[in-house]
Amino acid sequence: MAVEAATAVTETGFDYHIVFHSIPFLAKGMGLTLILTVAAITGGLLLGTLLALARLAPIRWLAFTAGTYVNFFRSMPLILVIFWFYFLVPFILGFPVGDFYSVLVAFIMFEAAYYCEIMRAGIQSIKVGQVHAGEALGLTYRQNMRFVVLPQAFRNMIPILLSQAIVLFQDTALVYVVGLRDFLYSAEIIANRENRLMEMFITVAVVYFAMCLWGTLQVRKLEKKFAHE
Amino acid sequence: MAAFEYNWDWGILLCTVEDSDTGCIGPYFHWIVEGFGWTVAVASAAWVIAFSLGSVIGVLRTLDKPILWVIPFLRSPIYFQTRAIATSKGVVTIDIGWFLHGISTVYVTIFRNVPLLVQLFLWYFVFPEVVSEEWGKWIKRDLPLPEFWTSVFAMGLYTAARVAEQVRAGVNSITQGQHYAAMAIGLSPVQVYRYVLLPVAYRIIIPPLTSDFLGVFKNSSLALTIGVLELTAMTRQIEEYSYQGFEAFTAATVLYIVVTAIVMAAMRVVERRFAMPGMISLGAT
Repeated sequence: MAVEAATAVTETGFDYHIVFHSIPFLAKGMGLTLILTVAAITGGLLLGTLLALARLAPIRWLAFTAGTYVNFFRSMPLILVIFWFYFLVPFILGFPVGDFYSVLVAFIMFEAAYYCEIMRAGIQSIKVGQVHAGEALGLTYRQNMRFVVLPQAFRNMIPILLSQAIVLFQDTALVYVVGLRDFLYSAEIIANRENRLMEMFITVAVVYFAMCLWGTLQVRKLEKKFAHE
Repeated sequence: MAAFEYNWDWGILLCTVEDSDTGCIGPYFHWIVEGFGWTVAVASAAWVIAFSLGSVIGVLRTLDKPILWVIPFLRSPIYFQTRAIATSKGVVTIDIGWFLHGISTVYVTIFRNVPLLVQLFLWYFVFPEVVSEEWGKWIKRDLPLPEFWTSVFAMGLYTAARVAEQVRAGVNSITQGQHYAAMAIGLSPVQVYRYVLLPVAYRIIIPPLTSDFLGVFKNSSLALTIGVLELTAMTRQIEEYSYQGFEAFTAATVLYIVVTAIVMAAMRVVERRFAMPGMISLGAT
């Protein structure tokens, strides 16, 4: 009877030890989450900017293609995109590249559609006078974009780009569906092995919350700074 | 997966009966239809929660004027004054608006800064453990379709935070003059919102609300992680049964795109129908 009571207590109470013991394993998972986030942001931003330029290009078929790409990816759930590329990437390349790279391609392709829309808004927020001034200086379309429009567009869009980065950071939790060992999946492995679902999932939620809240506050600070200038 | 060749067989999408001669190990067509049904069910039910709760929280977040309430029968011997609670000649008054504003801000902050998948797991695995034993038992044993309702609530509460932000932005985009004008003609605070602010705010935020609805429609695919066999889960299942994953993924992709296109077209009509003369749409998609 006493033994039963003791186990009952450990089963219902919050077991801090398991959380502390799993820190190294969780940290490794968080490492993957962060690498995936940074790589996806870099790739997504590059591709997204190219897409935005294509969408605003005076060449009609190019603008149409970019527009279709964006609308296509924006109407698909991220999980479905992950499944698509999880099977598609090794199939197209003809050899397995590992889950990480398949998922990374999915994230870049998916996020590029959202970054494109942000960059497009950024480029369109630049006054036409700037573009005309660049043209008057004799800059080519490329030079004008490269030295006049894009630097200002990036600057104006930094808060929104960072907000999207936080969204992306949260979205990486979805790699769970293909079993990539990110932060959430690592926690789930321990949760199931030790039968400590409550401790692990609450820990995960708190860590994600703290990181995202910190990011959100930084963005807000930046927004205020920009508004003053 | 090492196969370089892929044998496209669109016929499997039309499988309605189990028939090994034609390569139909499952009624794939019915699976897709059923999965689509669950997707629509989760998304619509979650949207009902998101819209109603989100509207309330969004309105609470716009409360910047104090709503004072005198605590009856309570006298304070000392004088003190803070934003939330103050005394005047011994009478204690509470600013309810401050509390409501605070609660709604906390809600939005929490629900926006934790990934949806983690929230879903918290509701499904942790919530029944931390509530009282009776409730936990009820959730685990007596709640019909536990995976479905958990997904609905998790996604509803998550999306409510987003809707709240849109409602707040909509109300705040209306000039203060309207608010004062409404008060000047003698409307109560509730009437100010009901007849002046909200009718305008909702019109302004139709485009972002549309994209929030499409967001919950797409996010409903996360329900597959706790075992709801919605559209994406069904395509995954078809992949596992038939190895014809690309056909199934294509079918799901087409369905998602078609629904998105229909919803966007419909909302554009709604927006035009309810547009106020002389006002350009302020909301961004």
